[in-house]
Amino acid sequence: MLKHRVIPCVLLKDWQLTKSVGFEEFRTIGHPKVTSKIYNRRNVDELIVLDIDASNLEKSINYKTLSDIAQECFMPLTLGGGIRSLEDINKLLEIGADKVSLNTIALKKPDFIKEASVKYGSQCIVISIDVIKEEQCYKIYNKNLGVVHDLDLRLWMHTCERLGAGEILLTSVDHDGRECGYDVDLIALVAKEVNIPIIANGGAGNPLHAVDAIRAGADAIAAASIFHFTQYTPDNIKEVLQKANLPVRL
Amino acid sequence: MITIIDYGMGNATSVKKAYDFLGIKSVITNAPQMVKEGDKILIPGVGAFGDAVDALHELNLFETIKDEVINRKKPILGICLGMQLLAKSSQETKEKEGFGFIDTVCHKFDIDLKVPHVGWNSIKILHANSPLFHTIPDDSDFYFVHSYHFDSKTKEKSTMVNYGYDFTSSVESDNIFGVQFHPEKSQKHGLALLKNFGNL
Repeated sequence: MLKHRVIPCVLLKDWQLTKSVGFEEFRTIGHPKVTSKIYNRRNVDELIVLDIDASNLEKSINYKTLSDIAQECFMPLTLGGGIRSLEDINKLLEIGADKVSLNTIALKKPDFIKEASVKYGSQCIVISIDVIKEEQCYKIYNKNLGVVHDLDLRLWMHTCERLGAGEILLTSVDHDGRECGYDVDLIALVAKEVNIPIIANGGAGNPLHAVDAIRAGADAIAAASIFHFTQYTPDNIKEVLQKANLPVRL
Repeated sequence: MITIIDYGMGNATSVKKAYDFLGIKSVITNAPQMVKEGDKILIPGVGAFGDAVDALHELNLFETIKDEVINRKKPILGICLGMQLLAKSSQETKEKEGFGFIDTVCHKFDIDLKVPHVGWNSIKILHANSPLFHTIPDDSDFYFVHSYHFDSKTKEKSTMVNYGYDFTSSVESDNIFGVQFHPEKSQKHGLALLKNFGNL
């Protein structure tokens, strides 16, 4: 039976792994190599690392540190942040990524999703979509472009799927880092829209939040604050999911 | 020494990293001479069947591997696409011939579920004395990413998995081994499997 995945999703900033609150404040969670080693030892299902210096500051991707992280991982690894070309994807796969996450480049140049998925396979391409609530409406948000008013969220998800995206990493900016639970209304609104897995991200504060997200339609959940600023481990979340009759790998 | 075949189709470095971690000697190579000198062959792989067959022929590896496996009984482990190459052919690229070590054809998933089959899935171990799965418990989870598979009737099957229907997740026959999942990405059970192959 295929399992629901529990995935730490952390940010690389100033050579450290960090976690944001509402995409603004940042708390350091640890040294990249050491933290990845601990995640590997804790037997996590996957790991997502986004190099936000590269995506926000137009710096080049920090391949050295991402490669150090990959060295510690004997589980699937998704790397992203600042990808601007197929060559960037190639380099990330070479250092040990299994998938890459695209955000700004996909919004600026949707056909890049197609180029990337044709070349490397859909299973390799994750589209990261950040969502913000504005006047009770869900809008696509991008750290570089701001609120994207002229693009409907559901239409964008369909476009990503049609162009070959293999998965969607759906992050609620409003819930990010607040440990208040996932935005289940958002998940329920979009889960049925596409036929590719959705990884819900933003808001996990206790294991029951993961149950809510999966019952709302998420295939997998991503989180960070809960693993670093509470007593819960990835296995704690999976034990609670299993008790709720949701299949996990333990 | 395990020779990990580098034919430009995927994640040889992840497999090498796993063997380095286990302290088992391995080398990444595309030289036929190295394949002859090593005592085991490992074919990793992510990508398309036809491209892989072409690449192996271009590098003069196809016949070398076939000779080492059939005539010199060298153990071989195929991972994912590497396992599919052990078959006679694949529905993915019908005109290309695989090694034919396993008398089967790779089928495309014919289901209503999402394809590729991606994620952690649990396997059923069919034989208690299977060398590859020594010390690995039944129902263990492994990481899968694929759109084609060996069907459930494959004679040499050693484990099965269910995604829409049951299919073969590994084969073992004398010196020939193949796994559809990625042991190098499957944490402790994956490392145990790679160790078992290394210690054969």
